[in-house]
Amino acid sequence: MGFKFVVLATDVALWALFAALIGYALRVARHPTLRATWTRVLRDAPALCSALVLALFVVVTLLDSVHFRRVLAAADGQAAGQVFYDTRTESLLDWALARQIDMRETTYSAPLGYLAITKQTVTRDGQTVRELPRLLHGGAHLTQPEQQWAPDLWRRGLLGAAGGLAVALLTALGVALALARSHGGLALAARDLLADRTHFPLRALLLTLTVVCLLGGTVAALMGHYHVFGTDRTGNDVLVQTLKSIRTAFVIGLLSTLATLPIAVVLGILAGWFRGWVDEAVQYLYTTLSSVPNVLLIAACVLMVQVALDKHPEWFETGTERADVKVFLLCVILGVTGWATLCRLVRAETLKLRELEFVQAATAFGVAPARIMARHILPNVMHLVLITTVLNFSDLILYEAVLTYVGVGVDPSTSSFGGMINLARSEMSRDPVVWWSFLAAFAFMVALVLAANLFADGVRDAFDPRSRALRPRLLRRLPAKEA
Amino acid sequence: MLSIDQLRVELDAETGIVRAIDRLSLAIRRGETFALVGESGCGKSMTALALMRLLPDSGAVTGGDITLDDTDVLGLPESAMRGVRGGRIGMIFQEPGTSLNPVLTVGRQMVETIEAHTPLRGEAARRKAVDWLQRVGIPEPERRFDDYPFRMSGGQKQRVMIAMTLAAEPDYLVADEPTTALDVTIQKQILDLLKDLQREHGMGLLLITHDLAVVAGMAHHVALMYAGQIIEVAPAKDFFARPQHPYARALLRALPDAGRRGGALAAIPGTVPPLTMDFAGCRFAPRCAQALPGCEATPPALLGPAGHQVRCLLLAPGGPGLVDDTPLAAAAVPLPAAAAPAPDTGAVPLLQVKGLGVSFVLRKRLLQRQAARFDAVKGVSFSVAAGQTLALVGESGCGKTTTGKAIVQLLRHQAEISGEALLDGRNLFDLDGAALREARRSVQIIFQDPFASLNPRMRVAEILDEGLAALQPQTGADERRSRIERIAEQVGLRREALQRFPHEFSGGQRQRIAIARALAVQPRLIVCDEPTSALDVSVQAQILNLLRELQRELGVSYLFITHNIAVVEYIADHVAVMRAGRIVEQGACADVLNRPADDYTRTLLAAVPRL
Repeated sequence: MGFKFVVLATDVALWALFAALIGYALRVARHPTLRATWTRVLRDAPALCSALVLALFVVVTLLDSVHFRRVLAAADGQAAGQVFYDTRTESLLDWALARQIDMRETTYSAPLGYLAITKQTVTRDGQTVRELPRLLHGGAHLTQPEQQWAPDLWRRGLLGAAGGLAVALLTALGVALALARSHGGLALAARDLLADRTHFPLRALLLTLTVVCLLGGTVAALMGHYHVFGTDRTGNDVLVQTLKSIRTAFVIGLLSTLATLPIAVVLGILAGWFRGWVDEAVQYLYTTLSSVPNVLLIAACVLMVQVALDKHPEWFETGTERADVKVFLLCVILGVTGWATLCRLVRAETLKLRELEFVQAATAFGVAPARIMARHILPNVMHLVLITTVLNFSDLILYEAVLTYVGVGVDPSTSSFGGMINLARSEMSRDPVVWWSFLAAFAFMVALVLAANLFADGVRDAFDPRSRALRPRLLRRLPAKEA
Repeated sequence: MLSIDQLRVELDAETGIVRAIDRLSLAIRRGETFALVGESGCGKSMTALALMRLLPDSGAVTGGDITLDDTDVLGLPESAMRGVRGGRIGMIFQEPGTSLNPVLTVGRQMVETIEAHTPLRGEAARRKAVDWLQRVGIPEPERRFDDYPFRMSGGQKQRVMIAMTLAAEPDYLVADEPTTALDVTIQKQILDLLKDLQREHGMGLLLITHDLAVVAGMAHHVALMYAGQIIEVAPAKDFFARPQHPYARALLRALPDAGRRGGALAAIPGTVPPLTMDFAGCRFAPRCAQALPGCEATPPALLGPAGHQVRCLLLAPGGPGLVDDTPLAAAAVPLPAAAAPAPDTGAVPLLQVKGLGVSFVLRKRLLQRQAARFDAVKGVSFSVAAGQTLALVGESGCGKTTTGKAIVQLLRHQAEISGEALLDGRNLFDLDGAALREARRSVQIIFQDPFASLNPRMRVAEILDEGLAALQPQTGADERRSRIERIAEQVGLRREALQRFPHEFSGGQRQRIAIARALAVQPRLIVCDEPTSALDVSVQAQILNLLRELQRELGVSYLFITHNIAVVEYIADHVAVMRAGRIVEQGACADVLNRPADDYTRTLLAAVPRL
């Protein structure tokens, strides 16, 4: 079956960012100072573990960022050679989760359930009874659910967990084998690994991996026949929604930060370098900007964009593209309205740097200001930019939730944590309470933001020369006679 | 008696375990001054911190004992240690500006200490504090008691620090570089004060310093440290008259002074080894001129009669003794005869500064017609002859650096400049565009701090190339590269150094890079702004030798800005003494330094500590 790739604006941006990340990694590998600093990040156990979690999220995001449209089967009366494409745009993730997407129920169902949560009137054996109907897909393979349900769950769950554990153990064995040479034998390497006596905190990393594998294995084993996180009002699997929300969170977190950078860095450096009226103007601008309530400003911009998009439906082939452009523009709006903090930092750093002697030496050589700013100032404020970017990432993910909750966030057709939490407003107040959608969004968002925050902390500690992130080894004192 | 026995301190750094102090033993009796000297990073400050149990979180005492009159200091619980700190052992730090809390009055801080360590309370504590302010020579102590630290000068703050520390009546006082941040005249006052108080109260004083001259006038005993070990300990008189260890002798010889003019200083090659490495033999052996083959493999012990011990294989019983036994005074290495500068090259003035004034506009207030101004330099005139060195001497804040920066045209658009600086008859302050670029080639600058003066994100080759690319863009890339390589060789950098980043170099090597950067554009005048004051004595000698050598080869002139009179004596042809933005006296070096006409010059020279 044929297909054509669909290139969405945010896909391009995400893949470009990913390429830039790989480029930066290569540069780090070649540059001894940078390598030492990043090694310090990875030697911090929380940072290393959160890097693993973030990497998993990134994989999901990237899978969800390859979009295509399938060719529709030829219909009667279709001219030869003419090809029609499905209006649905799918991603690799959708393809991988095809079964879960197809397992659509009629409405809400509880996690791992085989019955709906509301009673329906059904006629059975000529009698009209009100009972909880069976789900269309969840637990549909059970012939006698009352007896089979619990054992089936246990069997599948434990099998999945065992599989996950096996993967984790194999990885641990692989790591131990890799360490065997430098630690003098496999047994010694394994012992050092267990006692956390390795250069990198590998024990913590492997523990994180084990937890991830156990959870992942269990979920993977169950999700073929059950809705692990239940279904939402329209009967869609919440797990699929949650996984697809990860990409939205990443898009918002990364692209918005990226959009702030050019404005913040350029204006900050110009203000710090030229001082005088340039400084006054830039300061005036960001002071004004930060005195306007942010949500108001963003809401106004988003509504303007919304009107423009609604007026021109011809701009887009599919609804997905339209929703995507809306997300993209939301990022730009978030960026354009949120550069004040970084700009302030860059300006202050530039003011400090311009008085340093290497900048003065360059001035003494008559080097042009633009060149001094590019060669001497910019590289020396980049650590600030990096730290701010990483710290901002989690803020923006949370911000998206707030904006969607207020109603000015992403398109309703785009899954996002904010959207899920927004719907939970009504779900939590109905009876029986539908808590799973809210809880799933909450758990995934906390995991993502916590990982991002811990990683950001590690990065900041490593790049901040004042907070030498040391793990002081236990130094024991011997009395003078023995020494 | 305060005694340290076999003390070992280790720090956990990124590069590995730093063995900051290795089996250090010393004893201080009450009533005597014990000086711990050494170059930066030799572990002298760590000794003081270990003694007070104030080591950083990443450091720990890993061996040895510290005993204070039969009390095991390292074994005390933290609560008892608080009574020892300040109460039994007082400590004065290097930077008086940061050792006082800026938001509390000095009186409040003093009373706090007094109440913590003596039974005095309230009015009695206050009277005691005022009394101590009086004793350390703070004028009007009653009034200054309620002043905040920012209203006092650096010297006064250090006096307050001393008063505060001594008001708790400690038995021992640790002074960690107490005068390094101060001007010479203030340094003398503080040292005299410490000496008097120590004698009066019979304290034991542990004086930690890098400045041998300070020690000469103060200490009863001297211990010289190198790479975490004491390598020679002796009564002060013995130490300065007959130093034994090759390092001690080399260090004393590397000091610049008038007697060594015209010759190269006996610099110690190389740098201090990193303390993360394992030492098989003598730690000084790689830099030692007299090292024997065995020195690299056998660790020497601290041996000798009680009171004068040396850690050197040559001087150990059965060792061959010192090969070089020449007296220290005759240590200058004479230069080749042909190199002696012709006396009349000085007749041609290269740079003439006439009536230079620099004033900074501080802040323009509303409703104030005239903005507040600060005149940093007022009516300064001098001339620098081709191929010669003019030293601009003065205490901090006297405007010497401002003068230098104004001449290098670094203060354009930042300050109001009056007067003229004539280079080849053209006023530098009037130049613009191409003419200014041409002038920038002729006048270059070397800064004080070799760590701040090189961009950490650029390779050495890029740093050296920058000036050439900006000032002589017409030269081709190949020619620029070959010139850079030639200059790097001239200043003693290896070729592979060009592809490295500044942080990979030590302070002395960085200063070489800074010198090479200035030289790359072939200037005729280099403004040297305290080029050696951030460096250790042994490295200072290397840099001074290099500057002298370059002047001899290239005929470049120096405007040498410094506060170090010994360096002036050694390197300058002419001297101008500055005070509060004006030149108070100028003339030939020997005239000004030997027969000073001005009162201030006399005070300044008298305050310089001498060996």
